[in-house]
Amino acid sequence: MFIGAQPAHSSQRLSLVGVEAPGTAQLFVTCIVDAFYPQVGRAVVDVLESRGVAVEFPEYQTCCGQPAFNAGHRKEARAMAAHTVKVLDATDGPIVVPSGSCAAMIIDHYAGLLGDDEELAAAARRVGARVREFTQFVVDDLGVDELTSSASGPVTFHPSCHGLRHLGLGGYGERVLDQVGVERKPLVAADECCGFGGLFAVEMPEISGALMDTKIDHVEATGAGTLVGYDMSCLMHLAGGMRRRGTPVDVRHIAEILTDEDES
Amino acid sequence: MSARPSTFAERGAAEVGSDKAKAVGDGARHLTEKRAAAVVAYPAMDAMRDRAREIRLHTLANLDTYVARFADAIEALGGHVFFAADAAEANDYIRGVAETADAELIVKVKSMVTEEIELNTVLEADGRTVVESDLGEFIVQLADDRPSHIVAPVLHWTRQDVGRLFADELGVPYTEEPTALNQIARTHLRRIFLEADMGISGVNFAAASTGTIAVVTNEGNGRLTTTAPRVHVAVMGMERIVPTLEDVGVMLEVLGRSATGQSLTTYTNLITGPRKQGDPDGPDELHVVILDSGRSTVLNDDVSEVLACIRCGACLNVCPVYRSVGGHAYGDIYPGPVGAVLSPVLFGFDGREQLPYACTLCGACLEVCPPRIDLPRMLVNLRERVAAEGDAFSWLGPAMKAYEFTATRPVMWRGAVDGASLAGKAKRGGWFTRLPGPGKAWTAVRDLPAPSRQSFRRWWKKNHGA
Repeated sequence: MFIGAQPAHSSQRLSLVGVEAPGTAQLFVTCIVDAFYPQVGRAVVDVLESRGVAVEFPEYQTCCGQPAFNAGHRKEARAMAAHTVKVLDATDGPIVVPSGSCAAMIIDHYAGLLGDDEELAAAARRVGARVREFTQFVVDDLGVDELTSSASGPVTFHPSCHGLRHLGLGGYGERVLDQVGVERKPLVAADECCGFGGLFAVEMPEISGALMDTKIDHVEATGAGTLVGYDMSCLMHLAGGMRRRGTPVDVRHIAEILTDEDES
Repeated sequence: MSARPSTFAERGAAEVGSDKAKAVGDGARHLTEKRAAAVVAYPAMDAMRDRAREIRLHTLANLDTYVARFADAIEALGGHVFFAADAAEANDYIRGVAETADAELIVKVKSMVTEEIELNTVLEADGRTVVESDLGEFIVQLADDRPSHIVAPVLHWTRQDVGRLFADELGVPYTEEPTALNQIARTHLRRIFLEADMGISGVNFAAASTGTIAVVTNEGNGRLTTTAPRVHVAVMGMERIVPTLEDVGVMLEVLGRSATGQSLTTYTNLITGPRKQGDPDGPDELHVVILDSGRSTVLNDDVSEVLACIRCGACLNVCPVYRSVGGHAYGDIYPGPVGAVLSPVLFGFDGREQLPYACTLCGACLEVCPPRIDLPRMLVNLRERVAAEGDAFSWLGPAMKAYEFTATRPVMWRGAVDGASLAGKAKRGGWFTRLPGPGKAWTAVRDLPAPSRQSFRRWWKKNHGA
């Protein structure tokens, strides 16, 4: 079911694929994608538009505030949550987030963070109910049947923790990859944390590095040339570790696998 | 509770990659696999976990009532009950019992709470001999080491390590064969069980309605410790209580499976009072020491549910951080995710400020915890307490303020993103391998990709902008 479907009142670039447009979606792109991996944002836009979804990008969006929340800086996290809720509550339709972690932050923690303000908390609940991690939106709202990919693989897939455990995305990414016929090598201990952990990566770098090395060992053992995931923050950490180790494996967001767009 | 000379991050950094940490990692993964297999074989596990949670939370919400009921039951059975406000009171009482009983040789069965109050040190200072009878604890004691796991104290040891220790300390020929090693310990301990004047145990669960104490082991040492000596002292945190014997049954269903993948531990002792008229064995005296030591404070704060812990160790086994650093890095006897919550609230934050941060918030612990204690949420709560008192990492406070200031001002935020793109242009899409200042910790173990030359928002504005 397409939740929160709205007429595309300000649709810019409607799909040419010919599928009846199911409505408008908001893209909450996340800071890492915005600054480091814009190609992921573009791939998300491509995938959604190819399925007839008009995409909007609320330009006043910043960061969801998760680093501050996880660091125990509730006041700062609250301010960022309030900002994000105001920006997103002024829009319509599902809010697609190419990150399980940022999506979980909004869904699981915003209403509590803003609990001291009834109006904001209500807005947070409204926003939270509209938020979809990208894979979740594709599988649950759009359906996987028409997905295609020009990628051949082999790839391996890392399900990042917050998507897996907060959003219940176990099997989603794998299902999408299998549906589009990309050769997928199973990843041993796939559900074990990669060691990124947000600020944990810089608070305790040696320990974070040890977890990362375990994950990279498992990735190397698959023989796959590409590591696919749905959280660029974990993938950025792993890409950095693989480059440091000389592991010849690229990282890709799952949206990139579903588009033809070349890496820029 | 000993002084910690360093931070968790420093201790953890020193442990990663060590043979010790590798042994813990391997052992923890093995235990997690055994748990998973046991859960598959027991379809009622999820429902039992829910039931266990209900029982634990109900008990905590009515702890006064159940503790009083339990104490009454013990006294009616002819046992003695002592409420200890802190470790010192508990130790003093037990010293007194040992003094009165003229106990020269004391045998113990593994107990976390006696580790917590450092009971052995106190009894030994009085000139008494205290022998740990759990194989793991026996090894720890013989080697003057520390436990690294709440269920498997020598998870950081290899059997070769144990073989060498036994050869050196017990004068036996070297062997690394587990059955032979077990036999050596068994032979050594048998004499201790028979000669001991006093036995000290912990309490896995205590049934308030009957005054029954459950002590579970896999080696039978619990049964010998609590029946052979004249005096049995059972020490328990006040949260070990459950309302009824039937509730103990629910707990046992989830404990063994969660801890070691066993449907039931090999020996399950249900002890209801001291030796009665006509009993063929059992101690003449039973003393139950019920310890508060910070627990009543925890009971009233936002991490109170941590007292529902049944000490199965499943959260340690599944924790990627614990698997990488081992137990000793945590600095206290309670390691892993539950330790990172429990130690600061029981022993104080001083020197433990980093413990709540010893976690990636991956959530694996919550997935396996029998009473579903939300440890990740509690760790964040504790981080808030630490942050309110001054940060565990000096840069954190200023960084979060600057970050919030920028992220709540969209134009300034866009400027910051543009700044990153400029840095990306300068770097020509390459990688940073050695950054100064705040980036130093990142590049300590991994490279950092340069930011993109064109941010998503710039691309959007150019291609979709009105």
